[in-house]
Amino acid sequence: MANKAFGVINSAANYIRVEGLHDYRPIGAFSFLGRFRVIDFPISNMSNSGFDRIQVCLNSRPRSIVEHIGSGRHYNINSKRGAIQMFFTQNNGASSIYNTDINAYIENMEQIERMHQDYVVVAPSYMIYKQDYQALLDEHVASGTDITLLYHKVDQAKEYYRACNIVTLNKQKGIESIERNMGTAKERNISMDTYVMKKEIFIDLIKKSRKESSAYSLADMIALSCKDLDIRGFQHRGFFAAITSLDDYYRANMELLDYGTAMEFFRPEWPIYTRTTDACPTQYFHGAKVTNSMICNASLIEGTVENSIIGRNVHIGKNAVVRNSIVLAYNNIADGVHIENAVIDKWADIRNVKRVVSDSVTPAYVKRNDIL
Amino acid sequence: MAQTNMLAMILAGGRGSRLHELTNKVAKPAVAYGGKYRIIDFPLSNCANSGIDIVGVLTQYESVLLNSYVAAGGRWGLDTKDSGVFVLTPREKADSGLDVYRGTADAISQNIDFIDAYDPEYLLVLSGDHIYKMNYDKMLRFHKEHKADATIAVRGVPKKEASRFGIMNTDGNGRIIEFEEKPAKPKSNLASMGIYIFNWKTMRKMLIEDMKNPDSSHDFGKDFIPVMLNEGKGLFAYEFSGYWKDVGTIDSLWEANMDLLDSENELNLDDTSWKIYSEDVGMTPAYIAESAKIDRAYINQGSAIGGEVKNSVIFAGAKIGPGAKVIDSVLMPNASVLEGATVTRCLVAEGVRIGKNAVVGSKKSEEILLVAKSVKGDDK
Repeated sequence: MANKAFGVINSAANYIRVEGLHDYRPIGAFSFLGRFRVIDFPISNMSNSGFDRIQVCLNSRPRSIVEHIGSGRHYNINSKRGAIQMFFTQNNGASSIYNTDINAYIENMEQIERMHQDYVVVAPSYMIYKQDYQALLDEHVASGTDITLLYHKVDQAKEYYRACNIVTLNKQKGIESIERNMGTAKERNISMDTYVMKKEIFIDLIKKSRKESSAYSLADMIALSCKDLDIRGFQHRGFFAAITSLDDYYRANMELLDYGTAMEFFRPEWPIYTRTTDACPTQYFHGAKVTNSMICNASLIEGTVENSIIGRNVHIGKNAVVRNSIVLAYNNIADGVHIENAVIDKWADIRNVKRVVSDSVTPAYVKRNDIL
Repeated sequence: MAQTNMLAMILAGGRGSRLHELTNKVAKPAVAYGGKYRIIDFPLSNCANSGIDIVGVLTQYESVLLNSYVAAGGRWGLDTKDSGVFVLTPREKADSGLDVYRGTADAISQNIDFIDAYDPEYLLVLSGDHIYKMNYDKMLRFHKEHKADATIAVRGVPKKEASRFGIMNTDGNGRIIEFEEKPAKPKSNLASMGIYIFNWKTMRKMLIEDMKNPDSSHDFGKDFIPVMLNEGKGLFAYEFSGYWKDVGTIDSLWEANMDLLDSENELNLDDTSWKIYSEDVGMTPAYIAESAKIDRAYINQGSAIGGEVKNSVIFAGAKIGPGAKVIDSVLMPNASVLEGATVTRCLVAEGVRIGKNAVVGSKKSEEILLVAKSVKGDDK
């Protein structure tokens, strides 16, 4: 009989902060490529892997995620046999040290214990990658190990992947240690905060955490268990992004402007589901100049767009220039405004400030609802 | 069964043979339009936006794709406990053999049992192949205000074109006194839009009589409405002035697409208060490459543009290679124009591939060219 698992989608650790965007929603609800939300990726991975029971941790400002996930029907999960459950933590502020995934699991322990599947796959709501979890589960069961951890080998761990964990592996892919990335070396194996284990081990780790620290996360508990449990790494290949800073967010979007990378990532046989807004196609007017960009629906483009991502319902006025930027939904970039190297949050109206340009690597950020 | 005030029936059985190969495999209401829609999305979305919960869709010709498309009522939000979209094809009945729908009125007559189950007060009859946005609730209010037996939506057409339409002659109060099908000398310019509201009880009786009448062709325009007028029933004309297109030919389908390129286009598909809902394809945003050049276009997500696009409408999944040109054309879903090819004044059907450096259509062509089969280029 096939191995069966339920899915758990955990939220980012409370020390992870993405400048600007994070003030309004959890990372899972961040817009990605203008069309998706980050959480669409782990949920689609689970749905495409045939998982129909998914539990999602919500640690702060749940409105946008709850609205987006809804009944879960758009994720192609059977509406009778399957379900997406949402785990709230009741009493903790977003930045509270008690606001951990483990506290959400403890408050919802009954729901976890009731799952009839033998295994669990835990995946983060703040990372973007493709992975067949059923294949990973089968591999895990065949290896006989306690926990399988998904990791990605990177060579820019100094500049990016801050606040992620790095793993040290022995020759047998056994995990010797898991610790915070301090940016001291370029080449690192980044933990993808994705784990496969038996349901009992999962519950055991959660319960044990009470004896260690009330502020520990699941990742902390797994790090702590490296000596006692057999934890093995499984190397992920392909596109991978961890949205742990504004720089990482910006870079992840920009990398997919490369057509080859995007087409390799978005395959018809592995669809990424999202909630539709039924927006009409985008209108390009005479005088528009658009190159090397991804353009969402229902926008009106009269100006120039280069190397950028334009979200839904955006207006780009005459002689406006948007370059190397991410413009989220419902923005107005008025006539003659020049935007370069920036992330413009939703519902902003840029009309009086004619230049929003960042000269550093870190993009400029314009707040949601702001009039500039 | 819950009482429903007004139930809608959409006539979607026609082939639309003047659309040639486009309707070889699909009925006209399922033809693609406007970068992301199928024509039937318009009446269905209008129903959803007008607060109509139960919609019957009467299909007949090449209805496999149309039936499966329409059956997913969730696309239009018509999937709550009290709402639904129901596909009604001709069926075999106990007291008669399997009958096709003999006419538009007959299609309703054969589904009286379906309508009765909802016990509606009013019945809205629509065409599945018109492009427009209309609030049917407003029309119902008009119908009630005039205490009408039937209300027919009409629109003013240019006088010289009036002889192509079914023309309603009204008195000063909007009451229809005469109906003329394609009159040689039209007395008014109010053309029927094929949108009717009937009082169901009255209509039901008349449909049963019409079914028994051996001389009737069971058509609303030819038989049913004239009989109502003869019997002195109260028929009123409801004037509609917004955008409305019956895309019966390749040229008119192309034109309706081109209308969307105007900045002030009347259809105004980006009005968020009256969205047109459609099938959603899980695709990336439109990808516009470094080599692209876009000048006046209407482009849906899921497309990839590497060449030049001018005055054109591009559907999801369509691809335009580097150096290719698409001018004054419509690329339907998943159509592709390979490197160096040129497409001018064409309507390229779903999935059609225009090979490398191929040239199709011409700037000077009188008619729009329908490209329904792939065209070979230098590559193969």
